[in-house]
Amino acid sequence: MSGLISDSDRKRRTVRAVLGSTQFAVFLGILVLGLGPILWTVKGALSPTQELLTDPLKLFPSQPDWAALGEAWSRLRIGHFMLNTVILAGGSWLAQIIVSTMGAYALSVLRPRYGKYVYGAILATLFLPGSVSLVALYLTILDLPLTGGLSIANTPWAVWLPHAAHAFTILLMKRFFDGIPRELFGAAQVDGAGPWRMFFLIVLPMSKPILAVASLLTLMSAWKDFLWPMVAISDGEAHPISVALPRLAEFSEENMVIAGMFLALMPPVLIFIAFQKYIVRGVGFTGLKG
Amino acid sequence: MTAVLHKAERDAVVRPRPARRARHPYALASALFLAPMVIVFGYFSWWPIVQSALLAFQRTNLVDPAQWVGWQNFANLFADPLLGTAALNTVWFTVLALIFGFPVPVFLAVVMSELRRGGGLFRVLVYLPVAVPPVVAVMMWKFFYNSDYGLLNGMFGLVGLGPFPWLQDTAWAMPSLVLEATWAGAGGTVLIYIAALTSVPKELYEAAESDGASIWRRIWHITLPQLRGVLLLMLLLQIIGTFQVFTEPFVMTDGGPEDSTATVLLLIYRYAFVYGDYGMAAALSVLLAVVLGLLSAVYLRATKTWSST
Repeated sequence: MSGLISDSDRKRRTVRAVLGSTQFAVFLGILVLGLGPILWTVKGALSPTQELLTDPLKLFPSQPDWAALGEAWSRLRIGHFMLNTVILAGGSWLAQIIVSTMGAYALSVLRPRYGKYVYGAILATLFLPGSVSLVALYLTILDLPLTGGLSIANTPWAVWLPHAAHAFTILLMKRFFDGIPRELFGAAQVDGAGPWRMFFLIVLPMSKPILAVASLLTLMSAWKDFLWPMVAISDGEAHPISVALPRLAEFSEENMVIAGMFLALMPPVLIFIAFQKYIVRGVGFTGLKG
Repeated sequence: MTAVLHKAERDAVVRPRPARRARHPYALASALFLAPMVIVFGYFSWWPIVQSALLAFQRTNLVDPAQWVGWQNFANLFADPLLGTAALNTVWFTVLALIFGFPVPVFLAVVMSELRRGGGLFRVLVYLPVAVPPVVAVMMWKFFYNSDYGLLNGMFGLVGLGPFPWLQDTAWAMPSLVLEATWAGAGGTVLIYIAALTSVPKELYEAAESDGASIWRRIWHITLPQLRGVLLLMLLLQIIGTFQVFTEPFVMTDGGPEDSTATVLLLIYRYAFVYGDYGMAAALSVLLAVVLGLLSAVYLRATKTWSST
């Protein structure tokens, strides 16, 4: 509620009518456009392909075929590819959270003298989108510098580690840590706590809300990832679902493909619905970072 | 007590000057806590940026040793007729995305901010498309656009319109991609605007109302000017984002028909991972980075001038 339209405005009949009908129209619009396509995948998954092709506007399948979902799961091996996604997204999440909480703690609380240069170099990467260094990043994972030619291409590390270098999460964490009252650290130091105990006993327990927001944003974006895993992992068996689906679509029946799409979109959609409060807050914050 | 102290003494009490070159109390711990971050950024962010600039002047195919070739990669790029096409397509995508995608989220955010009840449900519905993985979203719309059994032609057919060549025609393909991209991205922007709207001071609206300003005038003279900062920021982020569009043309049309949806990033991908010419791909990446950098600079310059007037 922003206060643009006041209580006395709302008592006027024309205002009520215009506002009410606009809001209703918006509701219908976002209902159809937001939920519609997801429900369409449900319908498509349960309908025989023949019916999809001859009568695309049918709202309900004439004979819902619940076995189709299971068949897509086993024939297209959706479960296998989703497990790959879980492994890639989970590892990316863990790497990113460990790296950003530790780094942000050092920058915000320990504050070494060279910290501001490190932070500056990290913030600078916010302005260079990842796709610009896509090619060089690929050559880097093929032959890690200073390791005598170690290649992490085609391993999960090639997805996990680059995800850990995420400037925005560090910015988010550092801003939050900056808000922790300094007296807490002073008191802890008087009690003889060192930097490690302050990290584990003060900073981490206090950071649950920001860890939740950062975790959700990280997991959702890792689940959606497409271009980088396609480039970094050449083995088709190890591809995440988002990379595997378009390939599977080329030689599968329509209703199987749509069932696969439905199964692939459910986890992030369910995570979003379950944690929408945190995500809505986190997304609102991303726009105000500037 | 401070008041009776001389200035020099007071300074010493309040702010003891650190002895020069005193060791930082947590020098070792700081280094250990920073190490993982510096290592991953070094390997996967800073070095690839430097390497892109170097690669742009090299010829490398990963088999033979890399060779310095000067500006040859750039010369080859400009000789490729596809570069102009891809650049124009990318700009066209960006312009269409602004026309489709810029006003709608502002409108939705203003309407949704005025809800007394049900705001949570609205926000969930509006963000749902953003939660759908982009590849699935693109594949979905590919079904909707299908000329034989697509949902869209079926629906337009009911009212006697069409059939439309959504993805088959060189003039239609790009707007069709933008429509999908707008559907997939608008929800996030709406949430950002709603968050920004809550910080507009209520007193402004109250003052305007007591001066007799109508709702429309309040939107025009208070809401939109108050949103100016975030609107400009989102404008820049959207332009930067759409300059890198990849998934839509790659999955939906593979750049076709007749290269009408070939974008800059699709070209980078082809140079590197289809033709194996990493130098050319890096050169085009550097060009893209320069353009994006110029855009950001112009933006920063412009917002500085606007905010000071």
